[in-house]
Amino acid sequence: MKENKKIILRVENIHKSYGKEKILKGVSFEIKKGETKVIIGPSGSGKSTLLRCINQLTIPDQGKIFLENEEVTHHKKEINQFRQKMGMVFQGFNLFDHLNALKNVEIGLVKVKKMDKKAAKEKAIEELKQVGLKKQANLYPAQLSGGQKQRVSIARALAMDPKVMLFDEPTSALDPELIGEVLEVIKKLALAGMTMVVVTHEMGFARSVANEIIFMEDGMIKDQGTPYKMFNNPEHERTRKFLYKITELYGKSEE
Amino acid sequence: METITFIREILLAPLLEGTIVTLKLIAVSIPLGLFFGILIGTGRVYGNKFISSFCTIYTLFFRGSPLLVQLFILYYGLPSIGIFFSPFVAAVIGFSLCSCAYHSEYIRGALQSIKSGQMMAAEALGMTRFKAILYIILPQALRRAIPGCSNEIIYLIKYSSLAFIVTCVELTGAGKIIASRYFEYTLIFAVVGAIYLLIVSIVTKVLNILEKKLEIPGIG
Amino acid sequence: MNENLAVIYQSFPYLIRGVIITIGLVTGALGLGFAMGIPMAVGQVYGNKYISGIISFYVWFFRGLPVLVLLFLFYFGLFSLLGFNLSAFTAAILVLGLRSAAYQSQIFRGSIQSLNEGQMLAARSIGMTKVEAIWHVILPQALRISIPGWSNEYAILLKDSAVTYAVGVMEILTRANFVATRTYRPMPIFLTCAVIFIVLTYGGVKLLDLLENKVKIPGYGEER
Repeated sequence: MKENKKIILRVENIHKSYGKEKILKGVSFEIKKGETKVIIGPSGSGKSTLLRCINQLTIPDQGKIFLENEEVTHHKKEINQFRQKMGMVFQGFNLFDHLNALKNVEIGLVKVKKMDKKAAKEKAIEELKQVGLKKQANLYPAQLSGGQKQRVSIARALAMDPKVMLFDEPTSALDPELIGEVLEVIKKLALAGMTMVVVTHEMGFARSVANEIIFMEDGMIKDQGTPYKMFNNPEHERTRKFLYKITELYGKSEE
Repeated sequence: METITFIREILLAPLLEGTIVTLKLIAVSIPLGLFFGILIGTGRVYGNKFISSFCTIYTLFFRGSPLLVQLFILYYGLPSIGIFFSPFVAAVIGFSLCSCAYHSEYIRGALQSIKSGQMMAAEALGMTRFKAILYIILPQALRRAIPGCSNEIIYLIKYSSLAFIVTCVELTGAGKIIASRYFEYTLIFAVVGAIYLLIVSIVTKVLNILEKKLEIPGIG
Repeated sequence: MNENLAVIYQSFPYLIRGVIITIGLVTGALGLGFAMGIPMAVGQVYGNKYISGIISFYVWFFRGLPVLVLLFLFYFGLFSLLGFNLSAFTAAILVLGLRSAAYQSQIFRGSIQSLNEGQMLAARSIGMTKVEAIWHVILPQALRISIPGWSNEYAILLKDSAVTYAVGVMEILTRANFVATRTYRPMPIFLTCAVIFIVLTYGGVKLLDLLENKVKIPGYGEER
């Protein structure tokens, strides 16, 4: 299955500072169609900032982002078109509180893609079905559990038919017993061939789903490789130490 | 029984007329004040430097000076530079301009209380800032601003009495005119007061029902 | 333009004397409102049904009526009826004060009720009577919490003082009108009048902010 797949996303030399603090110090990587790349690393390493730079929610100081060979950076006017093609799932869910689950998924289709209302509703229901929440369509975010909220937010992002999905620590804000249901959905997505970048601490998940694991620290990529290589034979001692600690904390589930 | 005759024959009709003028004043001023209040509040939070500064200065002026002074400027001041408003129009303009400054503060507070994640999620879907504000931020902020804005609406109902001072004869004015003729201030203004209390009570009830209807399930 | 500035310059001393009257009105009314508002708030929170009910009625009445109506009702009506021969200035302070009491009582009531009920429990448990507890424990905290709301009340009262024009009090607006009608230059005069009020409003609020900082209890209300 290792044909020459198309490169969906290319991140080139991203730098970002907030005031005097340099958060990202030249990060580059690329991801091919259908691949899942998992980014791990200690807090403050710039992982979330990097993701937000990809869809320009944060504008990098230096560097370029390419989506399917088209440059995303420096195109303020077209950024909204690009964002439609990139789905983002946030740590804090960020569901629209004044809309029920169905409308949350629908709104991008109706207001951004200008879809016909009936067609949008059908698509939204289908997406909710895919994440197992068809029955909760009329419930409001405040009435949903954390895991349900996150699954709705995944459905919302998927409804836009993105080329790549960006997950920013999707389970970090969830109670332990709710993490599983969300990881299930993300795994299903990966197996179905979605191109994804996932920032997470869930090592078991990373091990079983990632094509490549990227280790970031201090705003730079320090190490990268297949799960097998990273867990058994990383190039850097620091990587080994970090993975050991994290695996201890979060458990080695999903062997 | 003189009192009752007095009320029926002499007081009732003019007071009713005055009440209608009051109702007309507030029926026009409340929506105008609310609408421009939303514009100014939103402009202050999301506008560029010019728009934001303008909105801030506007609010500073109209909240820092008395409504009555603003009415004087509109009705007695502007004619000296060639702008003439009828008493009713001057009153409505004054009430709207002043009220919208207060509404804008409540709106501003509500907008700033919305989590930044809401805007991020909206933009991540590809919405322009404008669309995000219109469909995601404002619907939530307006609900949060309801208690404050309701308060301001009640204030406006009471301050509509100032229209009399720029010669627009509404309820208070009608009362004063009769009272000066018959020297029956206590009785007349007791009745006038009762009418205001009635209007305020009804509107408060309506606003409460409205707030309940607009509640987002699960919140609050 | 020069004539406008000249008119403003010449009438300024006359207008400033109005500021003194206005400040007198505001101080008197705020003071009366304060003196009445605190017992009213305490009565509403700690009093029995009847006391609480009377106070609620008072608040409903004085908050529900427009200032102008209250001024006419009392100055031309009730005060005459009851035989009081008060100057417009005194009457205005009374009416504004009675009204302010209604608003201030609600500010203080809110502050008192926002306090943890443990405060009262702890005070009683060391042997204080209800009155002592209110005086030594509840009020010191409630008053500090009330400063922002009170600052708002100051601003509102200051602007409402202009309405006393209608009963002839020689405050800022009355004097501005006097000058405007004599010099036939309403715009510059009324704009100056507005600016004077704006300065008084924000100046006063700023002072109250300083007061709030001065009496702040270190670390109060912050969660560890």
